[in-house]
Amino acid sequence: MSDLNKKKKKSKAYRMRLFREDLLFLGPGLLFFTVIVLVSFLIGIYFSFTEWNGVNKDAVWIGLENYRTIFQGDKQAVTSAVFTIKFTLASVLLSNLIAFTIALALILPMKTANSMRTVFFLPNVIGGIILGFVWRFIFVNSFTSLGELTGLPFFQLPWLGSPETGFWGSVIVFVWQRTGYLMVIYIASLLTINEELIEAAKIDGATGLQMLFRITIPLTVPAFTVCLFLVLSWTMKMFDVIFSLTSGGPFGSTETFAMNIYYEAFQYNNYGLGSAKAVLFFIVVGLVSTSQVLITKRWEVES
Amino acid sequence: MSRSRYTPKLIILEIFLLIVALIYLSPFYFVVVNSFKPFGEIVENAASFPEVWNFQNYIKAWDMVSFPVVFMNSVIVTTFSIAGMVLMGSMTAWRLVRRNHPMMHVIFVLFVSAMVIPFQSVMIPMVKVANVFGLMNSRIGVIFIYFGFGMPLTVFLLHGYIKSIPHELEDSAYIDGCTITQTFFRIVMPLLQTMIITVIILQTLWIWNDFLLPLLVLYKESIKTIPLGIFGFFGQYLNRWDWALSTLIMGMVPIIIFFLFLQKYIIKGITAGSVKA
Repeated sequence: MSDLNKKKKKSKAYRMRLFREDLLFLGPGLLFFTVIVLVSFLIGIYFSFTEWNGVNKDAVWIGLENYRTIFQGDKQAVTSAVFTIKFTLASVLLSNLIAFTIALALILPMKTANSMRTVFFLPNVIGGIILGFVWRFIFVNSFTSLGELTGLPFFQLPWLGSPETGFWGSVIVFVWQRTGYLMVIYIASLLTINEELIEAAKIDGATGLQMLFRITIPLTVPAFTVCLFLVLSWTMKMFDVIFSLTSGGPFGSTETFAMNIYYEAFQYNNYGLGSAKAVLFFIVVGLVSTSQVLITKRWEVES
Repeated sequence: MSRSRYTPKLIILEIFLLIVALIYLSPFYFVVVNSFKPFGEIVENAASFPEVWNFQNYIKAWDMVSFPVVFMNSVIVTTFSIAGMVLMGSMTAWRLVRRNHPMMHVIFVLFVSAMVIPFQSVMIPMVKVANVFGLMNSRIGVIFIYFGFGMPLTVFLLHGYIKSIPHELEDSAYIDGCTITQTFFRIVMPLLQTMIITVIILQTLWIWNDFLLPLLVLYKESIKTIPLGIFGFFGQYLNRWDWALSTLIMGMVPIIIFFLFLQKYIIKGITAGSVKA
């Protein structure tokens, strides 16, 4: 009897110890994560069904009214969503294309390859806010001077002054900033390709293009998955570079959806409406990034 | 080996790439040369060298953005945020891997799913939550907030790494009479070094350059970070490029130095981090 009791006590003590250890090791991290991220996320969903200006004490429940507003009457939200989609498509294509090309060239035995890698990567370490301001100066002042010096029409366009130049200006800055990051990933992946495979293909008389499409690209699909994922998450959430480059202008034509949420909440004080946009934003970003990963994972297996 | 393989084709390619690299660097050229010019000279010709290399703009900008203050704030916020993230993240990740309980999997999935949530989707209620807990407008507050947002990636990366290291070493530490905390700090933490460096690098590039989060949380001039200081400056002197450009240079130099010194680790960290993610 007393033996059995002892055993019970021991196992209880043991469980208590495990619990104390859980608390010590999981507690702090989980606490911050839960309070800051999870609780905020859930409150945000609640906010999206309310009207609240941030000043009043209480948010008023209005059901789906905010969502109706977004889909029926919010022109700027639509404009910014369209801009974000176009910006994402153009950036995904251009940045990956350029990064992959540069990576292909930089794995060749060139003396300056390493220094060039450094140069291409450099913009990545600098903050988006700073880079946006840098490029505002380049587009507005330096391009004007270059236009006068060279007479090239490219430099004489009204850069950032029209919706088109604002769009392409944003794409140029993004591609300039991020190619180096993608390049690093592509180079790492290209370097894992077995040289014997290439040699064998050469002996079999494969042309350069054939080797590129039959060997190199299929073997770097994992890197494409990663790069696609990164660029999608950068561009869909784009905020700071364009915030300082154009502040969304001219006439809101270069406003990203992330900026639209920010303005709705913190400039116009429509916290409920802003939260509804934030929820929609989460759904779209979540769907796009998970389906992208699933789809490209399948390619990987097939090739 | 590399020299013997130089062909005329390769030389032409290299020259072409060098030109591309120069174009890549040209924005820095424009910012640097113009930051030494007085205002009139910039407007006249923004492509030439300055007539006189003049440090006047820098002296002016140094005070106007209170550079020493914003720099120190950036250092404090980045350092402590990352120190806490690494400590809590590795404790959490280790426990999640080694403890055999179904809840551990649930918690891990929770962390991983949260990686998909864009910051802009939680920022509105986050400000409210930060207010309730008194985290607004203080450096400690913003550091605590970074703990929360940094946890998913940190736990994710370390979780994957811990799974790959054998647990025999830890077992023998227990047998030798180490407590769980001793085992963790003496045995486990040192083994995690490689992945911790990756985490530090990825999170430094994020927090040092982060803009939107501090913009929402930090208002007081005396606690603003570099991106906020620069943004505030541009709000006041929108087109005073003579002062603004030197401000931008000062904002860039610290992180560029960090990059050039730790380049090898940064490149490695990015490859390691992205392959996992």
